[in-house]
Parts: sequence; structure tokens; C-alpha cells
Amino acid sequence: MAALQAVGLTRLIGEGDGVTLVRDISLNFTAGEFVCITGPSGSGKSSLLYLLGLLDQPTAGDVLVDGRSTQRLSRDALADLRLAKLGFVFQFHFLLPEFSAFDNVVLPIRRLGRLRGRAADRRAEALLDRLGLAASMHKRPGQMSGGQRQRVAIARALANDPPVVLADEPTGNLDTHNATEVFRLFQEIAAEGRLVVAVTHDLDLAREASRRVHLVDGALAPVPGVALD
Amino acid sequence: MPLALSIALAHLIGRRRQTVVSVFGVGLGVAFFIGLSSLMLGFQRDFIARIIDTSPHVLIRDEYRTPRIQPAVMQWPDQPVVVHGLKPRDEVRGIRTAREILAALADLPDVVAAPVLAGPVFLRYGSADRSATLTGISPVVERRVTTLERDLLSGSLDSLSTTANGIILGELLAQRLGVGVGGTITATSAAGVVMRMTVVAVFRSGITTLDASNAYALTKRVQVLLNRPEVINLIRLRLADAEQARSVAAVLERRFAYKAESWEETNSNVLTVFVIQRAIIFSTVGAILIVACFGIFNVISTVIHEKARDIAILKSMGFRESDVRHIFLIEGLMLGMIGVAIGWGLGFLLVELLGSIRFNNEGFIRAQGFVLFRSWIHYGIGGAVAMVASILAAWLPARKAARVNPVDIVRGAA
Repeated sequence: MAALQAVGLTRLIGEGDGVTLVRDISLNFTAGEFVCITGPSGSGKSSLLYLLGLLDQPTAGDVLVDGRSTQRLSRDALADLRLAKLGFVFQFHFLLPEFSAFDNVVLPIRRLGRLRGRAADRRAEALLDRLGLAASMHKRPGQMSGGQRQRVAIARALANDPPVVLADEPTGNLDTHNATEVFRLFQEIAAEGRLVVAVTHDLDLAREASRRVHLVDGALAPVPGVALD
Repeated sequence: MPLALSIALAHLIGRRRQTVVSVFGVGLGVAFFIGLSSLMLGFQRDFIARIIDTSPHVLIRDEYRTPRIQPAVMQWPDQPVVVHGLKPRDEVRGIRTAREILAALADLPDVVAAPVLAGPVFLRYGSADRSATLTGISPVVERRVTTLERDLLSGSLDSLSTTANGIILGELLAQRLGVGVGGTITATSAAGVVMRMTVVAVFRSGITTLDASNAYALTKRVQVLLNRPEVINLIRLRLADAEQARSVAAVLERRFAYKAESWEETNSNVLTVFVIQRAIIFSTVGAILIVACFGIFNVISTVIHEKARDIAILKSMGFRESDVRHIFLIEGLMLGMIGVAIGWGLGFLLVELLGSIRFNNEGFIRAQGFVLFRSWIHYGIGGAVAMVASILAAWLPARKAARVNPVDIVRGAA
């Protein structure tokens, strides 16, 4: 069964003949895949990711998580699904600046409430340790390098052990070394059996993914240099 | 620590200066509410207590609230009877059925009645002269009806009976005449009777108008001076419960037809001023609190504006709209609570400061400083109003924050 499915996803904005961000996209994503979504600027890559991540509602179509439709879910139910099943990594780390790395990671764990007290703390510590941030876990984002911040953001995305991790230009703000490191992490995460879907401009890095999806003008297009099945 | 609380705390600590200004705004509002309420109610309660203490609770006067019904009207009650050229009968003023009324009042429980004759007189001592209201009393009954005996600064109530033509003067009246106990003054009535009277005592009620214009003598002497033998024009009543004065007055007026005034009616002009005074002060303090709450609104709106990205992050993580709303409501609540706590402290200090100021107050009441009414109710009301206002001030921006669309913010940041 697909971990995540897009069925005829369309997203329009504006009244009447408004702008089409995403047009009739159907895709299946299975657990353990590392999928990169590529395409020129304005092709609808991020819009598709936000739809897949239940942050935005499609004008038409449906997103299925673990085979279950999300079309008729309330905003609260969508939030609960995001909390438990989806992890997000953004281009700009988007950490809460007043909180330490540890607090940023432990926040979604506490909100979900599956782990409480020390168990939640241990989970956050273990994730930060795994990402090589054991020594920096009590630093605030402002005291960390760009690469460290993005690793904290990845740790936060993994905090509730979600089966799906979505990343929007996760390396867009990083130097080559850190970008390669982040992609290596994504490969590791996918190897654990999770689905990783990342939007990227970096075609060199995209080649490291197990699958590529290419968008042009909001619609699926053949991946350059690769024949469509 | 609960999640929403820790996030709210981090936001407020991150905006320390605005937070401090807001909580002090609320604090000052609450403090002024406590201070002014204490001052205003202290004065009003003291005045009312003195009125209840020193004056009769109900006064039966030798007059009617409405003109008496004419016999012709009584004869044809359903007919349009018009009587022309009516004027009050030329008769000796006074309560005609005083004996029967007093006998009836004697049967009422918790009521003490004192018949008196009161009227205007002109007092002269040397070259000083003052007009005054002279009330004819019986010392035995007077001490059961008013606190005159307790209020005497010098002399005694009984000396009215032991001194020929004795008179008791209010302290301010005596001062203005320049006379003391033992002095002999001349009293002249509107009837033209002149009487030399000896000051046997001086009283101080604390109410300026009474101390400056009231004098007491034996009823018999006053009847002679006013040339109204065997007449009384007032029956003064003291009740066990002064709060019942209005209803007792209404019952007595229906029963005896004479106008019966409760102490509230007698002092209605002052009590009306009190109502207006309360309205003005509560509106002023209310305005202070509202301005303070605009501060809270401003802080939370600013935090929400600045933290739009954080809100988007929280929502993308899976925080519900209600979680986000709670965070900002908690911020409003915390600003309100800290503000109220500061306000309580400042309010207490303000009241103590006002209480320590000493000066001679010669207004409605005479006192050496502010008369304050300290009550936890002021703290409760001030705190509750500030809390409700703080929550309301936080509610609108919190609702707006909960509706933030994370995609709009994330796109904007990219």
C-alpha cells in the first residue's frame, strides 16, 4: 500500500480564471522511497508538497495517507494527522528562536503526548545525538551554524517517528558540504523504511534520490534526460 | 510546564520592554481603582455613617407631601370637580395629633420617637451674629434618638435642664460667634421674641453643615422663643435598623398623612452627588483600565505579527488552531495576572500613602486627613475587571493568530 497518494490533485488560487498552481497530479509514494520533486521556479513543486503535507487544501482531488482519504477531514483532524504521520523540513530551518535545539525537538513529542516526561526528553536527546548535535542541544538557533540548524529541523521532523518526511528545498540555504550531508541523512531516513519527499533545485543532489518527479507549469512532466515510463 | 505556557512565556520574555509597559499599565489601572474606590467610598460611607449616627432615621414633619383633598372632590369623586382660589389655611403650624402619633409610635418595636420643635433663630454674641436652626429637645429622649450627648466637646446634655435658658451650639457655630461654654448670647426668633441664653455645651458631629448651623435647647424654651406654645413640628425617629428607614417612613406617612422622610430622602441631594461621583470615578478608572488593555492588545498583536512564522511552524508541526489560540490567550492572561498582582501591591501602597496624609478637611465632613474604606472587594473588582479586559484584549489577536494559513507564511519566507 502507498504511504502517500495524490489523486487528481489540482490547486487553483484567485477568483474565476485564477492561477493554477497544480494541475491534475496523481502520484503514489511508497515507504522507503526517497523521492525528489524537481522543476523550474514556479512549476508548482512547493505547492504540491504543501498539498501532500496537508498544509494546503486542494481545489480538486485527494491526498491519501496510509490509504485513507483526507478530503473530508476537519482542520483539527488534519493537524493531528500532520503531528503523528508527517514531518516537515523547510528551506529556512524555521526553528523557534526562543527555544534551544532540544526544546525545538521535544515540542512536537510533547504535543503528541505519545511519550511523556523523561521518555520524551530521551527521544529528543537521542535524535539530536544521532544527528551529531549532542554538544549543541542546549544552544539556541541563533548560536548555531546553518548546517546545524537544518539538522535540528530534520531531528524535529523525525521527533514523532513519522512514516513520511517532507522537505521543501532543504538544502537551498546550505553550502555544498552541508547540502550533501543533509541528503545523506535523507537517504538514511528512507533506508529505515520511511518515505522522504524533497523538493529541490539541485539536480546533482536530486540524482541521489531513488525517484524523481518533474513538474512544469503545475503538471507532471518527463524528467529531463530520463524517459517516462 | 504545559507546552502552551512555555511558548507564551518565551514570547513575553522575548519582548521584555513591551511586556513590562503593558503589565504596569494594567497595574496602574488596578491600583488607581483600589485607591480611588477606597477614597471615594471611605468618604461616602463615613458621611452616611455620621448622618445615620447623628441624625434621626425618620423625620415626621408638620407638612403634607401633596395638598389635602378638598371636601368637594371627596363628595363627587368621579366628577370633574375644579376648586378655584385655593390657598393654604391660615393656621398655627405644627403636628396637631402629636400625642396620638407618639402613642402609636411607642407601640412599634425597635422605634424610639422624640417630639421636637425646630425653627430658625438669629443668634448674636457681641457684634457677631449668625442664623441657626434651634431645635427644642428633651435630654432624656434625645440621648436615645441621636448621638448628641456623645458628640459634646464640653458641657453636658443635662445642663440644659439645670441652667436657665441653656443652649447647646455646634462647634463651628460657636467658633463663628466667638462664644464658649458659659457665654451668654441673644437669640431672636422670626416671631420677634428675644431671649438671652447661656451656652451650656458645644458639640461636634463632624458634619460641617450641622456643626455650623445647629443649636439645641429645651423644647419649652424653644416654644417660648418661637412663640408656639404647646406645639411640636417634628417627630424624630431612631430605628434599630437604619436600612429600614425608607419603608418605615412610607408606612408612617400612609398612616398619619404627615410627610415622613427617611434619612436618605432628607439627604437626597448629597446622596445624588455621591451617585454622580461614583459614576465619574468608575468611568475614569474604567478608562484607565481600557487604555491599559489596549497595551495588552498591542503587545499580543505585535507578538502575533512578529511570530507569524512561528505560528506557521507550529501549525505545520501539527498544532491545532485551538493550541495556537490558547498560547496567545495565555499571554493575555499572564499579562493580566502579573498586572493585577502589581496593581494590588501598588493599590495597597497608594491607600496606605493616602491614609498617612494629614490635613484639616473642612468639606462635607470634618476630618484630619482622608477617610478611607479599605476592603478586599476593591481588590477583587479591580482584579476581575482587569482580568476580563486582558482576556478580551488577547482574544481578538489570538483568534487571528489561530487562523494564520501556514502556507502563506512559508511561501512569504521563501
